[in-house]
Amino acid sequence: MAIDNIKAYSHLTDEDIREIGRRLDAIKEEFESDLGEKDVRYIKGLIRTQRYIEFAGRGALLFSGRRPFWIAGVALLSLSKILENLEIGHNVMHGQWDWMNDPEIHSSTWEWDNVCPSSQWMHTHNFAHHKYTNILGMDTDVGYGVLRVTRDRKWNAMHAFQPLINATLASLFQWAVGFYDVELGKLAAGRTTWKETAPKFWETVRKAGTQGLRDYVLYPALSGPNFMSTVSANATANFVRSVWAYAVIFCGHFPDEAETFTKEQWKNETHDEWYLRQMLGSANFRGGKILTILSGNLNYQIEHHIYPDMPSNRLAEIGTRVEAICREFDLPYNTDSFPAQLLKVQRTLLKLSVPNKFLAADRDNAPEVRSNAVWTKYPEVAEKLWVGASETGERSGLRTALPLLEQVRPTLKEGLLNFTGRTPEWRKKVAAAEAAQLA
Amino acid sequence: MTESPDGLARFRGILRRFTTPLLPDDYTVLANPLWSKRELRGKIESVERCPDDTIHLVIRPGWGVPVTFEAGQYIGIGLRVDGRYTWRSYSLTNVPDTRDGLFSITIRAVEKGKLSTHLVGTARPGINVRLAAPAGDFHLTDPLPEKLLFVTAGSGVTPVIAMLRSMEGRRDSTDIKVVHSVRNRSDLIFEDVLADYDAHIQVTSEEGRVSPQVLEKLVPDFRERVVYACGPATMLDELESWASDNDIEIRVERFTLDRASDAKGGTITFARQGVQTTVDGATTILEAGEAAGVQMPFGCRMGICQTCVRELVDGHVHDLRTGDTKEPGSRIRTCVGVAAGDVVIDA
Repeated sequence: MAIDNIKAYSHLTDEDIREIGRRLDAIKEEFESDLGEKDVRYIKGLIRTQRYIEFAGRGALLFSGRRPFWIAGVALLSLSKILENLEIGHNVMHGQWDWMNDPEIHSSTWEWDNVCPSSQWMHTHNFAHHKYTNILGMDTDVGYGVLRVTRDRKWNAMHAFQPLINATLASLFQWAVGFYDVELGKLAAGRTTWKETAPKFWETVRKAGTQGLRDYVLYPALSGPNFMSTVSANATANFVRSVWAYAVIFCGHFPDEAETFTKEQWKNETHDEWYLRQMLGSANFRGGKILTILSGNLNYQIEHHIYPDMPSNRLAEIGTRVEAICREFDLPYNTDSFPAQLLKVQRTLLKLSVPNKFLAADRDNAPEVRSNAVWTKYPEVAEKLWVGASETGERSGLRTALPLLEQVRPTLKEGLLNFTGRTPEWRKKVAAAEAAQLA
Repeated sequence: MTESPDGLARFRGILRRFTTPLLPDDYTVLANPLWSKRELRGKIESVERCPDDTIHLVIRPGWGVPVTFEAGQYIGIGLRVDGRYTWRSYSLTNVPDTRDGLFSITIRAVEKGKLSTHLVGTARPGINVRLAAPAGDFHLTDPLPEKLLFVTAGSGVTPVIAMLRSMEGRRDSTDIKVVHSVRNRSDLIFEDVLADYDAHIQVTSEEGRVSPQVLEKLVPDFRERVVYACGPATMLDELESWASDNDIEIRVERFTLDRASDAKGGTITFARQGVQTTVDGATTILEAGEAAGVQMPFGCRMGICQTCVRELVDGHVHDLRTGDTKEPGSRIRTCVGVAAGDVVIDA
């Protein structure tokens, strides 16, 4: 059912929410005023490194006919594309580096190495996704229109093929992103005209054309007799980048316990509640320095959502502050290892390929979705919680509640029985049939 | 317009097919900081330090920088200060038609002048800077008037130095008078050029300032002269009203913007702050915001440096420098943008 009142759901008082907002505002101010030469060195050094890596990769692939060169070239080019898309492009387009006042590293001029034109990305991503994060019906990133990531979304026959669609989306992720803002689905449904759609459609086609010409004609031609092996190498690098970007991005909002919201919540939302929605709707994953850079610091998805235009190299440090705030107000801070988060996402995608009647958990308390109704439905959990801090300063809020809610969910066995079609109704029917037979 | 040599001029078109979505320049610049035409670049060739916190800089332009200019015009200099590009305009003091294509500028560290203080403090040969192409309307006309009068004060002398230097070969045909004010005698820069033109040097701490009355005494035939003036705003205001009273042709350099346009103004909404204000078509968005208590970042306030760029959410904004009308969704320079009807700004 998703959350329609974040305050009630999170067991915070008005003053708590205002205090959290105040502290987050203060952190923003503190870090923004501290930006300087050190941060410039980071982004400029990273951009320089990425360009050298790309140069080396393209160079190696001139000799792609030889196996070691093919492998080295693919590795370098994949790495370059991953760095460019995630840690550089995505973050520059967010305006994280606009403060440097350098037109060469600026959201208004950056064009990334991806078939999606930057302007379209900035509209769907920066505007729609970051403003309406996880609000059903407003943030199209909740399932990207093709996947069922919450049982709140009505099942249709297409979702039966979800594992297949999921794998296709992962391998062609840049193409999905490229045509995302074109909204061909809207055109097919007759909710817009070709005239409205055409400019964006051709913009993407044009960009895809120049990207394709580069990767599949020009560089292969440059490598002479190694034409075909360079084509395959470049395609592989694009594939690797797509799958990686998919994996990182899906770990941001679809792991268990990340919340979704209804339009009701959004309607009456304050600035401080917006912060809270970003905190509860996003998920992090832990990783060392390398994983962090390769994922564009999106393993600090929570912090990135609180401060979308904060330079990414600062998110790790901000993370410790945000985590402390969560602990203090007994709020969950959704984090786990990268494989664990990814596994949870894949489990949800697989599960939700079947209609709700085959799913054991209900829409008020399932791994991927909860609602305000959960507290009336499970009084045994609700009675252990209270709103705000007690007289002694103790809290028992959402962080305490989530594991308790997990305990009252149907067991794994029940889930598996349901998923494989042996639903309670089916079991009842079979039992009745058996009884009839016995009689 | 002549440009400095551009190493990629003939290959850029082909190479960019390989470097898309970036430009070839994004890679060549890794090899040499001057090898890019994407943003105009330059390198400090030499630094000469003078008294009173003043330095003379010679700058070598990078690829594709417009190097033709009129004596009296200025260039923009952009330098990172605390990680952030900061811009100011400085008058060129060299003669336009030198063949070496170098730029000379003179910078005085002014109080609160973030960039000038930084430059005067840290400039050394080899430092890379960003450049904005030569611009400005404060320059000599062709043919030259028969009689000229230059009235300058402090570092306002710099554009006039370029003019004086460029007239070196034409001094027989033109009668030139120069009246220059400095606070203290030790503040005097370009003493040799000024002496060459028999300039009157007024030391204001000892002799008082050059009022129009003083000027009339110093240059009795002032009515016959075309006046070029550059200095503090109060001095220019006074000279302009004096000139109009006496029907004298005057040109001044204020380092500001021509505000004439067809834009009618309107109500500006600063969306993030939730502030509204109604302005005319000559008040820039930046000024309107400041008057209404909305602080936006700014740099040169002349449309050069892009520091003040903000997103136009709704409505149309007229750009006073280019004359373009910007559509909703575009990013506008608030320091030179005026409202053409009601607008909403993301600030």
